[in-house]
Amino acid sequence: MATPAQRPAQKLKTGHSRWVRISHWIVTVSFLALSFSGVIILMAHPRLYWGEVGNDLTPALIELPISRNYKHGGWENGNAFFSAANSPVSANRTFAIFNKNGWGRSLHFLAAWFFVLTGLLYLIAGILTSHFLCHIVPRRAELKPQSFWRDLKDHARLRIRAGTGGPHYGPLQKCVYFSVVFLVLPLMVVTGLAMSPAVTSGYPFLSGMFGGSQSARTIHFFAFVTLMLFLFVHVVMVIKSGFKRQIRAMTLGK
Amino acid sequence: MKKNQLITRREALITGITSVGGLLLTGCSKKLPPTYGNILRMGDALTYAAQTGLLSRESLVKEYSHKDISSFPAINTTNPCDPSKPNPNEKYQQLLRNGFADWRLSIEGHVARPGSYSLADLKRFPSRTQITKHTCEEGWSAIAEWTGVPLGRVLDGAGILPTARFVSFYTYDDWADSIDMLDAMHPQTILAYGMNGRDLPVPHGAPLRLRVERQLGYKSLKYLERIVVTEEFDDGGEKGTIQNGWSWYAGI
Repeated sequence: MATPAQRPAQKLKTGHSRWVRISHWIVTVSFLALSFSGVIILMAHPRLYWGEVGNDLTPALIELPISRNYKHGGWENGNAFFSAANSPVSANRTFAIFNKNGWGRSLHFLAAWFFVLTGLLYLIAGILTSHFLCHIVPRRAELKPQSFWRDLKDHARLRIRAGTGGPHYGPLQKCVYFSVVFLVLPLMVVTGLAMSPAVTSGYPFLSGMFGGSQSARTIHFFAFVTLMLFLFVHVVMVIKSGFKRQIRAMTLGK
Repeated sequence: MKKNQLITRREALITGITSVGGLLLTGCSKKLPPTYGNILRMGDALTYAAQTGLLSRESLVKEYSHKDISSFPAINTTNPCDPSKPNPNEKYQQLLRNGFADWRLSIEGHVARPGSYSLADLKRFPSRTQITKHTCEEGWSAIAEWTGVPLGRVLDGAGILPTARFVSFYTYDDWADSIDMLDAMHPQTILAYGMNGRDLPVPHGAPLRLRVERQLGYKSLKYLERIVVTEEFDDGGEKGTIQNGWSWYAGI
């Protein structure tokens, strides 16, 4: 066993482990497939709600101007279900909506299987090899405001150190990786499951904890936006820190 | 004694191995829904296997209170005999004109007593009323109160043969789809003739629609005409909902 003081120095010499490289690229491909198919699915109904239910006949939280389905008219024969003044209504849709959910959804879930299974193996390996403890979890010293702010300012000015081609991450980088791996990606999976009628019949707390499956759908979308921002910054940082070298390190090792 | 066990270890092993084989050899499995050699269907088959394996077969969906009932869009077919649409169904038009007095639901296939049921026949079965959430594959959802007869009771009445594995549904608006016996016998799977305290309205599938609460809305077919209990999976031919690329299993 190396002492904690020796460990970082030793790891500096090594590149990314093989299992990190393999899982990185499987997750990358499945993430891109999930993002693409997710947007296709969202285009079929580009309205977001808060709560248990929401549809074209109830108010939306946000309407996204994507696809021709955005604020489409095309409703006729509105009928109240009850005689009360604020009764829920039924109406017939006459508008031919954009809907590519057949292959969109199947692709989404095929990619989700790759993502979830790879993610689970990654988490197990990360714990067993101390990868998380050594490289991902920020150290207390790194979280000191002084050093943290300096790192943040350097990034904001795009003063990026050349990459080492290995898991030697800066304080800000660690915080972001930590958040993505342990917060945003699991949130993505859990909010996804919270939309499933079958899964929530067995585990109702999954949608209950978000205040309903439509709330979960809205959170799922904003978590996606967060991951898109992450992807953009991540790619910019890879380019600024030496694109060729970094890609080679994440693919072939050193 | 061994015969009485529900599943022996050897059977479980063989089932497990053939199920995995079924996932790899898409389209060859008898245990899983068809995959048509399409790569996308592999994910669907894995989801089906995982959900039927990991979730309790008895798990019930949440039932809501009357105040939770929401507005409810009617989409796709809103009237099978709409003259402005291609192929308006004349048979349905006659039934509608008579207030569905002549409507009969036919139950065929692997049952001991095939036959047909009028609305009055179905209403003589003990009824079930449930306020549940309809999750549309498009992304929206709605809550309504449904009244009807549990499909399992009707099938038991017709006498399901031991060979039966799937239940197929055919409708007046030219759809066909099927569910497995797990969902068919589920207590919340009902043939609904009432919605929100009234007769089922035409836009929502009058006179009778299916409610399969643990799957997406498209499995809850409207305008039921015929139910066939089958031993082999039937993709519904040209009318099958899976023909437009939708996953057969939609527990999601």
